[in-house]
Amino acid sequence: MPEATRTIQWQRRIADNLATTLSIACVLLVMLPLAAIFIYLLIRGIGALNLAFFTHIPAGGPGEPGGGMANAIVGSVVILLIGSVIGVPLGVGSGIYLSEYSRGQFGRVVRFTADVLNGVPSIVIGIAVYALLVIRQKHFSALAGGVALGIMMIPTITRSTEEMLRLVPNSIREAALGLGIPQWRSTMSITLRTAMSGVITGVMLAFARVSGETAPLLFTALGNQFWSAKLNQPIAALPLQIYIYALSPYDEWHRLAWAGALVLIVLIVATSASVRWIASRGFTGGGR
Amino acid sequence: MGVGIKVENLNAWFGKHQALHSINMDILPNHATAIIGPSGCGKSTFVRCLNRMHETTPDARAEGKVQVKDMNIYGDGVAPVDVRRRIGMVFQKPNPFPSMSIYDNVAAGLKLNGYRNRKKLDEIVEKSLRSSALWDEVKDDLKKKSGASLSGGQQQRLCIARALAVEPDVLLMDEPASALDPISTSKIEDLIFELKENYTVVIVTHNMQQAARVAEFTAFFLLGKLIEFDKTEKIFTTPTDKRTEDYITGRFG
Repeated sequence: MPEATRTIQWQRRIADNLATTLSIACVLLVMLPLAAIFIYLLIRGIGALNLAFFTHIPAGGPGEPGGGMANAIVGSVVILLIGSVIGVPLGVGSGIYLSEYSRGQFGRVVRFTADVLNGVPSIVIGIAVYALLVIRQKHFSALAGGVALGIMMIPTITRSTEEMLRLVPNSIREAALGLGIPQWRSTMSITLRTAMSGVITGVMLAFARVSGETAPLLFTALGNQFWSAKLNQPIAALPLQIYIYALSPYDEWHRLAWAGALVLIVLIVATSASVRWIASRGFTGGGR
Repeated sequence: MGVGIKVENLNAWFGKHQALHSINMDILPNHATAIIGPSGCGKSTFVRCLNRMHETTPDARAEGKVQVKDMNIYGDGVAPVDVRRRIGMVFQKPNPFPSMSIYDNVAAGLKLNGYRNRKKLDEIVEKSLRSSALWDEVKDDLKKKSGASLSGGQQQRLCIARALAVEPDVLLMDEPASALDPISTSKIEDLIFELKENYTVVIVTHNMQQAARVAEFTAFFLLGKLIEFDKTEKIFTTPTDKRTEDYITGRFG
């Protein structure tokens, strides 16, 4: 082998290794904060986790030992359910409209609105729902909390659904039209189905993001130290409970706050993983 | 049984650009008709007008009369969806539905139009896959494998089976073999030969040998106009128009 060729090969090998190392380093750097948070939560939170945490409501007096966050866990689930029932259909629906049906000015307006709504601080959305719902109902409520989270989910889901549908090659739509399948049917059963795994990723991102929101719940769900699953009454939620406990001067409550944060993260990860698992059965988006 | 297509004064536009200029053509039933011509001459546009796919492109429109059996597909009150069910189409690039199994791909046209009879569906799927010469290769993984997991040539035959499953009268093929290897291409060509027994086939092709091999009739398009339409033999041996001769002898295009 001539000398020059050998040198070039060496240069290439070095450049190749360098690029690989750099990208691995980036990945590690990105994973570091997540891992750090999770490990720290485990260390601080696991000690306060016991059966009572999942079965009891907060203990009577401030800083009193014992008690749990059962009501907050249930409350979070209720609020997130309401939020998803509002946010997912509206978000996915508008995403479908933007990608499949809009051809002009109105589509641009919808897209712009979604982007602006995405940038609205969450506390402002809380205040807006407070003005629209809480004042009218004359009390804080689980419903108001769910509506606030639902509104926050809409723009994220809209834009991610639109992007994912746009990734579906036009030839797939043409194939469906060429078979004489009506457009609505082909959109629902073919285009959306082809993009399903991406759409679900977008939905889960939005879900995870609002799961930890505290600010919009302060003005809407308010929080509750007691059991309540009524939609028109104030309801407890994990982020709210964590917020209250973390700000308190009591060590016992601090421990519970750590545990609450750990449970919240596990809840989000578990939901995300199970939704993906359910969706991955069949040929959803796979096989390419 | 295939049916004939009578095209009268067909014009088509993309926005302000006129892509087809008053085309008149009589396509015979149960024969293969090839459409040839240089890139951009309007051959794809022409076949896409035959099942009203042309108008699905933004700003595109078409006018004229296309009589298929008793129906003018551009007539008042004719739904494009009904036209496309009767006039099937196979596209240039194989485009199976990636989220569906092989079986569901073939059954898609029927299932998504509300057809529910399972036993009948099984029969139609088998029959269509046999007609497209794919049955033996896929019969064991019908519901196990995704349509996208097949090879390119198999995917295209799957797309043909999918088009046949809705039992159209006419099969339009827009360069069906241009993305395929030679062996797959010859399989598709053999297939076209058999399909003529039951269907009217219109095939767009860039490949003049292919036109000569599969089609009894050939139409030559140039700049959106139909220059010459005759028996394939005549077009390739003694064309009437100078431009046709220049094209088939390779002087341009």
